[in-house]
Amino acid sequence: MAGTRTLFDKAWDAHVVSELGGDMALLHADRILLHDLSGLRALRMLKELGHAVRDPSLCFAAPDHTVSSDPALGGKGKFHETCVVPLAELTAADKIRHYAMGEQGFGILHVIGPELGITLPGASVICGDSHTCTHGGIGALAWGVGTTELVHAMATQTVMHRKPQRMRISFNGELPAWLSAKDMILHVIGAQGAGAGNGYALEYAGSAVRAMSVEGRMTICNLSIEMAAKVGMVGPDDQVFEYLNGREYAPKDEAWDLALAHWRTMPTDDEAEFDKDIDIDVSDLKPQITWGTSPEHVVAVDGLIPDPDKEADPDRRQALRAAQEYIGLNPGARLEGTDVDWVFIGSCTNSRITDLRAAADVLKGRKIAEGVCAWAVPGSEDVKRDAEAEGLDRVFTDAGFEWRLPGCSLCVGANGENVPAGKRCVSTSNRNFVGRQGTDSRTHLASPAMAAAAAVTGQITDVRKLMS
Amino acid sequence: MGKFTVLSSVAAPIDEKNVNTDIIIPIKRLVGTDRGTFGEFAFEPWRYLTEGVENPDFILNKMPYRNAEILIAGPNFACGSSREGAVWAIQEFGIRALMAPSFGGIFFNNCFQCGILPIVLPAEIIENFMRQAISDGDNPKFTIDLAANEVTAPNGDRTSFEVEPFRRDALLNGLDDLGMTLTRRDEIGAFQATDRETRPWVYL
Ligand code: SF4
Repeated sequence: MAGTRTLFDKAWDAHVVSELGGDMALLHADRILLHDLSGLRALRMLKELGHAVRDPSLCFAAPDHTVSSDPALGGKGKFHETCVVPLAELTAADKIRHYAMGEQGFGILHVIGPELGITLPGASVICGDSHTCTHGGIGALAWGVGTTELVHAMATQTVMHRKPQRMRISFNGELPAWLSAKDMILHVIGAQGAGAGNGYALEYAGSAVRAMSVEGRMTICNLSIEMAAKVGMVGPDDQVFEYLNGREYAPKDEAWDLALAHWRTMPTDDEAEFDKDIDIDVSDLKPQITWGTSPEHVVAVDGLIPDPDKEADPDRRQALRAAQEYIGLNPGARLEGTDVDWVFIGSCTNSRITDLRAAADVLKGRKIAEGVCAWAVPGSEDVKRDAEAEGLDRVFTDAGFEWRLPGCSLCVGANGENVPAGKRCVSTSNRNFVGRQGTDSRTHLASPAMAAAAAVTGQITDVRKLMS
Repeated sequence: MGKFTVLSSVAAPIDEKNVNTDIIIPIKRLVGTDRGTFGEFAFEPWRYLTEGVENPDFILNKMPYRNAEILIAGPNFACGSSREGAVWAIQEFGIRALMAPSFGGIFFNNCFQCGILPIVLPAEIIENFMRQAISDGDNPKFTIDLAANEVTAPNGDRTSFEVEPFRRDALLNGLDDLGMTLTRRDEIGAFQATDRETRPWVYL
């Protein structure tokens, strides 16, 4: 029906190759992104099955997970031979574009997709990685798939999916100083729960999203999967079009005009209805941070760690206790003022230039606290180069941060870089799961500004107080 | 892919919400390793106290659940990462079907890719099943009949469930998605030909 479709519906409809009965459809995959874990495995499986890559020009690869971020090693970590090199070789054999560490264009796939114009509004993007939802920040229909689905996609350029329901989350009001996209989305996950988006495609809307940078929108969309939604999108607008114009794989000249006219029709129609609507006023929001081992374990920085005894359900009580025991904090304690050992600024959530600027604003003229180990890991070679051109690398290193090479690094530690057991890390990444940053490591998710503030004081700190 | 028809087994209850993929299989077990090595590390952070030392309190270390082919889980089971290793680990452990109020979406799809049946049932039924799954030495068995869309609980009660018809057929007949989609080559070609007209900028 014309005039009543959501952004998601329009993107979905444009990709249906066949209806498979029920709510299932076979969808065209416009872009397939391959990394050094699932992408490599899928390439091998495809070969074993004896199939060819159907459209290599629509596939892109980069070994973001296992490269070392240690400048002294030049990117070559302990999985160089087993993961990084084979990905380069297999993609070369299949004529798939590949970006290697050190090469311009290299970076975390969810950073370089939009950065290189690989990701486009309304395009479908899949990757063997749950944070593929990030690409929704520029209006793409993007979701994470498993390895077998990836094999299927490479062989057929399609992917099967069940049509989800639609949920709109509207953020209105003016975001207070020193707060960011990360605080907004952490707040939602804390309030709604880690399962709240299950079965939904999310659209983020409202004046606070419109006012937000394209990078900020990617941060918000990135955390959709932490609410169990595979897809999160923002309607593309002029800001997005300006961001994309001139990027390597973005359309040029006449194709650009044609694309632009199409993209302008993408946003949700005024009459469209959602299966669920959530409205949030951000004007009173405080900096958010996680206290536990699920992204829903969120409090405002001045908040208290919940008391399991107040939880009626015995299983939930037990789960809260287990989380608190793991994280080494007591019920009723204030998170603010808790000592911190590590700080990580990076990951596909918060490693873009705007994130590094926000952290640098806090670090300028300051030193990190003694005993804190702090890393800044830019999301891509381009981010790194731009940051260095602005002198941000000096701000980080002068403060006592390590300025490292791009990649996933401490977000998941797939490259062997880990937060040591028992150590507490304020991290700008997206998961605080048990063992996520290393066996028995303790993660507190927060914004880049909050992470920088924690580095400076050596404690979980309200960045607004530090900067006032 | 093997067929899934009828399965009769004790069921191991894991009564937690939001159990994530990093618990089901930690990343360090997935990097540079091969299929066939994951079962040992399924639920590693919970299943072992330290490397190689089993946690005797964890359900999958107890009898009869060491031999369970069914898991009963809380809502949003296997949320988090896209790693298919989470399914492979559970499968290598011996699990062939799961029942929960909801599953992480990517994991849910991955199950079907591997011939594992994830069944979504209302929370009250799952809670009831978890109680019935507890063994007093009587090895209470659940029977899942996919052709009949029905689970029979140890007390004899039958509960019907729904699986997307397309997915159900594939499991019953042991068909894999890729084999089916490859028969649609022409349809995909036709889609692309039309799409190239409407969205030429997508094709590089
Ligand atoms: S930065 Fe972290 S969440 Fe993002 S793709 Fe890499 S490992 Fe996954």
